[in-house]
Amino acid sequence: MANDVLVFVECSGGKVVKAGLQALGAGSRLAAQLGGKCIALVIGQGLEAEAGKLGQYGANRVLIAGGEAFAAYSPDGFARAVAAQAKATGAACVLASATPMGKDFMPRAAAASQCGLAADCIDLRAEGGKAVAVRPVFAGKAMLTVGASSALWATLRPNVFAEAVSSNNVSPEAVTAGFGPGDLLAVVKEVVAGVSGKLDVAEADIVVSGGRGLKDPAGEGKPNWEALEKLAGVLGAATGASRAVVDAGWRPHGEQVGQTGKTVSPKLYIACGISGAIQHLAGMSGSKVIVAINKDENAPIFKVADYGIVGNVEEVVPALTAAFQEVLKS
Amino acid sequence: MEIVVCIRRAPTTDARIKPAASGKTYDPAGINYDISEYDKFALEAAILLKEKHGGKVTVLCVGHKDATKEVRTAIAMGCDAAEVLVSDGDHDAWAIANVLATRIKALPHDVVLFGWTSVDNQSAGTGQMVAQLLGLPSVSVVVDLEVADGKAKVARLAAGGQRERYEVKLPAVFTCQKGLNKPRSANMKGIMAAKKTNVPETPAAAPASGLITIQLDPPPPRAAGKIVGKGPEAAAALAKLLRTEAKVI
Repeated sequence: MANDVLVFVECSGGKVVKAGLQALGAGSRLAAQLGGKCIALVIGQGLEAEAGKLGQYGANRVLIAGGEAFAAYSPDGFARAVAAQAKATGAACVLASATPMGKDFMPRAAAASQCGLAADCIDLRAEGGKAVAVRPVFAGKAMLTVGASSALWATLRPNVFAEAVSSNNVSPEAVTAGFGPGDLLAVVKEVVAGVSGKLDVAEADIVVSGGRGLKDPAGEGKPNWEALEKLAGVLGAATGASRAVVDAGWRPHGEQVGQTGKTVSPKLYIACGISGAIQHLAGMSGSKVIVAINKDENAPIFKVADYGIVGNVEEVVPALTAAFQEVLKS
Repeated sequence: MEIVVCIRRAPTTDARIKPAASGKTYDPAGINYDISEYDKFALEAAILLKEKHGGKVTVLCVGHKDATKEVRTAIAMGCDAAEVLVSDGDHDAWAIANVLATRIKALPHDVVLFGWTSVDNQSAGTGQMVAQLLGLPSVSVVVDLEVADGKAKVARLAAGGQRERYEVKLPAVFTCQKGLNKPRSANMKGIMAAKKTNVPETPAAAPASGLITIQLDPPPPRAAGKIVGKGPEAAAALAKLLRTEAKVI
């Protein structure tokens, strides 16, 4: 129906991912505002049990596309499946999480439906009976509010939208693909674990980031990353890095936070020895709480920080690690 | 091998962005422009492919005719030909993808490359949209690319630093991420060649954007913070504040 919201709920390793439930939560609240239903779409094989749980997370209907074409991830295959259900349901809004998977296939799905795509949105609501979304542009230097003349297609930033709680009794309805594995243009052949196998900086609740100020005490010029990783370890945080540290080859580029790296919005961001270039600030100032540690009290990072410690990061970071260990015990 | 690279002219990343009086776009006063960061990895990948396999690199840029400057930089790096598809005004990724797909259809193309996202609009989807419109395979956020025998072996960065490997038939569209290569600077010979290269400015009719811009706002201001203290002695007080006041740990 024209007031319904279709949400692609992402699964990984046979389980629904957190960002998928968050997108479903956002979709269910929008559907309520629009006076329509929230329809979840799960794609993949062996996901019937997971799909069956989605009535507890805001879904009024659950669709599952589990044919052979979906044995492995395919950008064009998933795009076709979502576009087909967007058409079949006539949804007013089509959502997915702005994870690496959602960002990959949703542009194709929107294009297949002759629609634009509002990427990486941080707010979603109904205005005058139509869906509108807010998305950061220039890595957060400005906020763009957009709508659409037909259906609004959007991907939603992880860790921004709350999950919904509901007790809808829904059984998944199987939908057919209408195409087979032989029709796919690109299919993932193999997934290789990351070098670190660690939590992604863009998906973490807590991020501990290091910059040029984090010098090696041995004077090698390389940053003392071990101290930073200990701090991150105590908090269960992901580690991030400034561009200077990445360009010097000290950290992988996947950890870079900023306008030319990842935009992050964790609940806690701890910047260690990062002065706060405008590109870095753009990438992290959407964080809920920002802590800055820097020896220069005039460093721009303190302008966006909620809490600051002026001091040498090599001394402050180990002291903080110990202090967090104490507090987390209590 | 025929390679097409689509680039975007974007404000430099050190630019301060202020909404214009219209409240729909940014104020261009005092803004400098450059090739959008990730497009440089696409240009480098294209030149490397040409150096290995022979062929030609054609650069396309949709937008203002002033983009000729950025396009010439791409030629100076080692690309062979370039066109600016002139269409003033703000277009979303869907409108730009339509202009590009129409032009690419008329050009020979084995490999079509994009930066994985632009540093300004950050839609991160123009390449995939072009692939959809042309019915081609796409792999986004590529950090490894090898081409042989009409096929490409590529790796993309997925969740949690994992790498997904694909093998796709050409022609195909790839969007490039930092880590794929190290973009070269133009040398003097290249800069001289770029000056002499004719860059056609072709008027392009963009369709209506898929998205309607309602408003561009500055980000919400952050409340003033506090300096908890100096040196390692302040650590305990900070940990306590994060637990009891901010309630984030």
